[in-house]
Amino acid sequence: MNSAAPSLPSSSQNVVAAPSDDKRWRIVGATMRRYGFAPSALIETLHTVQNSFGYLDTQSLRFVARSLKVPLSKAYGVATFYGIFRLKPHGEHTCVICTGTACHIKGAAKLLATIDRCANIRDAETTKDNKLSLVTARCFGACGIAPAAIVDGQVIGNLSPETMEELVRRCLKS
Amino acid sequence: MQTPQHLDAKNGRIVNLDDLKTIAEQEALLKSQLKHRIFVCMGTACQSCQSADVLDSLTREVSTRGGQAECLVTPGGCQGNCAEAPLVVVEPGGQLYRGVAPGDAASVIDSLKTGPVKRLLCDTTAPFFTEQTRLVTEYRGLVNPERIEDYIAVGGYIGLLTAVTELTPDEVIQQVTRSGLRGRGGAGYPTGLKWSTVAKAVSEQKYVICNADEGDPGAFMNRSVLEDYPFRVLEGMAIAGYALGATQGYVYVRAEYPLAVKRIEKAIAGAQRHGLLGNNIANTQFSFHVEVRLGAGAFVCGEETALISSIEGGRGLPCPRPPYPAESGLWGHPTLINNVETYTNIAPIIRNGGDWFAKIGTEKSKGTKTFALSGRVKNTGLVEVPLGTTLRKIIFDIGGGVPEGHKFKAVQTGGPAGGCIPAEHLDAPIDYESLQSLGSFMGSGGMIVMDDTSCMVDVAKFFMDFCATESCGKCIPCRVGTVHMRDILNKITTGEASLEDLAQLEELCDMVKYTSLCGLGQGAPNPVLSTLRYFKDEYMAHIIDHLCPAGVCAGKGQDIRRPACVL
Amino acid sequence: MRVVTLSINGQHLSGRNDESVLQVARAHNIDIPTLCQLDGLSTWGGCRLCLVHVEGNNKLVPACVTNVFEGMVVQTESERLARYRRMIIEMLFSEGNHICSVCVSNGNCELQDAAQSQGIDHISLPYLYPERTVDASHDRFTFDPNRCVLCTRCVRVCDEVEGAHTWDVAGRGIKAHLITDLNQPWGESSSCTSCGKCVQVCPTGALFEKGKGAGEMVKKNEFLVYLEEMRQKRS
Ligand SMILES: Cc1cc2nc3c(=O)[nH]c(=O)nc-3n(C[C@H](O)[C@H](O)[C@H](O)COP(=O)(O)O)c2cc1C
Ligand code: SF4
Ligand code: FES
Ligand code: FES
Repeated sequence: MNSAAPSLPSSSQNVVAAPSDDKRWRIVGATMRRYGFAPSALIETLHTVQNSFGYLDTQSLRFVARSLKVPLSKAYGVATFYGIFRLKPHGEHTCVICTGTACHIKGAAKLLATIDRCANIRDAETTKDNKLSLVTARCFGACGIAPAAIVDGQVIGNLSPETMEELVRRCLKS
Repeated sequence: MQTPQHLDAKNGRIVNLDDLKTIAEQEALLKSQLKHRIFVCMGTACQSCQSADVLDSLTREVSTRGGQAECLVTPGGCQGNCAEAPLVVVEPGGQLYRGVAPGDAASVIDSLKTGPVKRLLCDTTAPFFTEQTRLVTEYRGLVNPERIEDYIAVGGYIGLLTAVTELTPDEVIQQVTRSGLRGRGGAGYPTGLKWSTVAKAVSEQKYVICNADEGDPGAFMNRSVLEDYPFRVLEGMAIAGYALGATQGYVYVRAEYPLAVKRIEKAIAGAQRHGLLGNNIANTQFSFHVEVRLGAGAFVCGEETALISSIEGGRGLPCPRPPYPAESGLWGHPTLINNVETYTNIAPIIRNGGDWFAKIGTEKSKGTKTFALSGRVKNTGLVEVPLGTTLRKIIFDIGGGVPEGHKFKAVQTGGPAGGCIPAEHLDAPIDYESLQSLGSFMGSGGMIVMDDTSCMVDVAKFFMDFCATESCGKCIPCRVGTVHMRDILNKITTGEASLEDLAQLEELCDMVKYTSLCGLGQGAPNPVLSTLRYFKDEYMAHIIDHLCPAGVCAGKGQDIRRPACVL
Repeated sequence: MRVVTLSINGQHLSGRNDESVLQVARAHNIDIPTLCQLDGLSTWGGCRLCLVHVEGNNKLVPACVTNVFEGMVVQTESERLARYRRMIIEMLFSEGNHICSVCVSNGNCELQDAAQSQGIDHISLPYLYPERTVDASHDRFTFDPNRCVLCTRCVRVCDEVEGAHTWDVAGRGIKAHLITDLNQPWGESSSCTSCGKCVQVCPTGALFEKGKGAGEMVKKNEFLVYLEEMRQKRS
């Protein structure tokens, strides 16, 4: 929605126009419709936006907030309260390192140090060439195979700094 | 997968106990026609070790040999010893194979004729398997979590249909009360009492919420239960709905558990298809619907009032209680919130009676509890024991003790609000009260073992950092206090702290514990308090001698003040 | 609704059972320190300054959100409460960048008052020195986050009374901070009506009228109770 667009939608005209004709907005629209455009669908809708676009930007936040009749500041407040949502895109590859208790005890810090050494990035950073983003998470329930990471959606357990290095190098190359 | 014929005849609706019996019989018949059943665990740990490929190659192997008619290869659930993933069970016989690779398919299928594959075999006579009591995790993974018939074949939905067709809501609550079941989400509040409070509340609308947020780092029992027994969780919720007069339920599950989300969504669809969720269950007036709501990475949303704000679509901020959710919860209506494992216990209680359940466990803590055993212990994974079992039995018999050449130091229970229990209390029976008296907490069941390679100050700092980053920020003591406490702990681990700092840390612990709004802040000082209680010498070594006895904050015998050697 | 009798600090009093301990105490001139509470707004329960002892309850309870009941025995002062209250205020000072001498609200600040009444002249906690930028983009008001105590009175008044919901809190924990709209400069906010209610309810010098010098900003928030009464009458 551009800033010159006519004010708030009236009750007769419930559906706010999508920011562009990108097909992914239809998926977002479908989620909102499933919940009857209820304001309480905010979190579910933000999940859909992030799954479709990779992150939440001002434009999508504004669209979702207007569509669900949620105040803008509330949408922003929610988007920044929850750890999973991000307002910036990730690099080509994403590596999530678990820093939960079991992984901490089994050496998650060494994995982080390895990534820092090989790719020069820390938590919530992306390499300059946009190849790899690093994030940390608190336990994804794979504690039985700690220390664990999720690389491009794949859970990998029992990691050593050596295997971590190999994984990182592979991400940086491809 | 075949579906029993008669279900189609009735549009698949299951409306009474006879229907269940018919399905169970058909399943038994199906099973009797099979010579072998092979279960491949499809839990998170096993899937991360490519168990899906193992399932594929086993299926292919069987079909190339033309053995589909007598050998079924099926997805199964968690066997508990996740560290040895991927796991495969062969029935009958119950051989458990560990670390199975897709390439092992041929040997496994050969073994059906020639005898077990020795190199992959797990010793199921080991205490890890024999010393557990499986109630929540019954049939340990030998049911396909995505097939409702598998669940019905092992007694599923008898509880719900008995409740709805034969018991009054009051009688259901009575059974739950008699069972002595207490909440498995941490605090151990009597479930029957909570149910009757919600039942008594007068309102046109009531809600039933399943707390599947499981934010405790190092705990994965709820994940496993949701992945393996989604129907049972739903059955427990529906029974609660019937007992309380609620028609709508929500499962609030963390988005970090994609597999659990998928399974529960599938189960909801399946139960709806068979009339076990939805309108007029068992052709009665009782209707019950369930929806899934996703968390988004905020530990505090496990707290019940924060969870409610989150379902309402807002920031997960806790609210002062009273009013309790039982009086005024979701959208202001009376709301029941129970943990996943609490609901899992409900169906068997209704099926077998509250008295049956009350025979297990201790006087005040009934039933069994699942624990996620991890950290510096040989057998990591999911274990279930009757309440009242000693820590020693869990860690040393079932868990196999700490790795060779190391010495047990402490076990952490209760997550960020819990504490570290040292060796001298290993013989304490685990129940809600005893853990509390030891300065720890039952929590949801994470159990992280630490040995002489773990520094207790570092552990305390780890948890304080966790609480500081997970604090919602609403109340001042938790928002600011956790940061100051973390900073002091940081100073201690880098050898810059004085005894005055330690005194200030203790003062902050006291203040934050008693002034914070919710359980997160109130519990945040506990890891510090418990390590101070049992391991003060380690704090002193850091402060006075500038040494880290475990060699974590700096190498053994090295001054922790020296900047760590950078490679 | 019922009338109940209770005791506060040994004084025997009566109140309605839909009134909070704070309301009953204030009606009888018993002072309980508060910060996030403001008559005319919903309760918040976040600052924890109003914690009191209630007999039979081993937890401390916030007076602003706890209703009175028959036979309730309340203690609003103790050595322990005094210690906790001092620490809460110290925490606020350590968390922000409060320099009273240059502040527009010097002498008219609820945080300063609270510190004085608790006898605080220095703090023992280290300052966290956060980096925060002043937002002076609005043509009539300024927001100085260095002085914000996150009581959320502005957020509540904007949502509940003005109905604009321009303000909200973003982030969480120590990183929590106030925002307008999508974290844009206040002056560019599309929802702000420039009514100034947020400025008047802010207990410190975080929100103030432009052009005010040190110590010149006096907040007036009596309008809230008046508005509440008028609106009730109409509905
Ligand atoms: C900070 C915090 C986190 C919590 N996290 C969880 C959780 O992840 N799962 C859970 O079941 N209960 C959690 N609880 C406890 C819940 O508030 C609530 O007591 C519980 O869900 C009630 O269920 P129960 O009676 O079956 O135990 C948490 C409490 C606090 C204060
Ligand atoms: S104790 Fe912490 S998490 Fe709980 S309300 Fe206070 S700031 Fe939020
Ligand atoms: S602690 Fe890392 S997966 Fe649980
Ligand atoms: S005034 Fe009661 S908590 Fe702030």
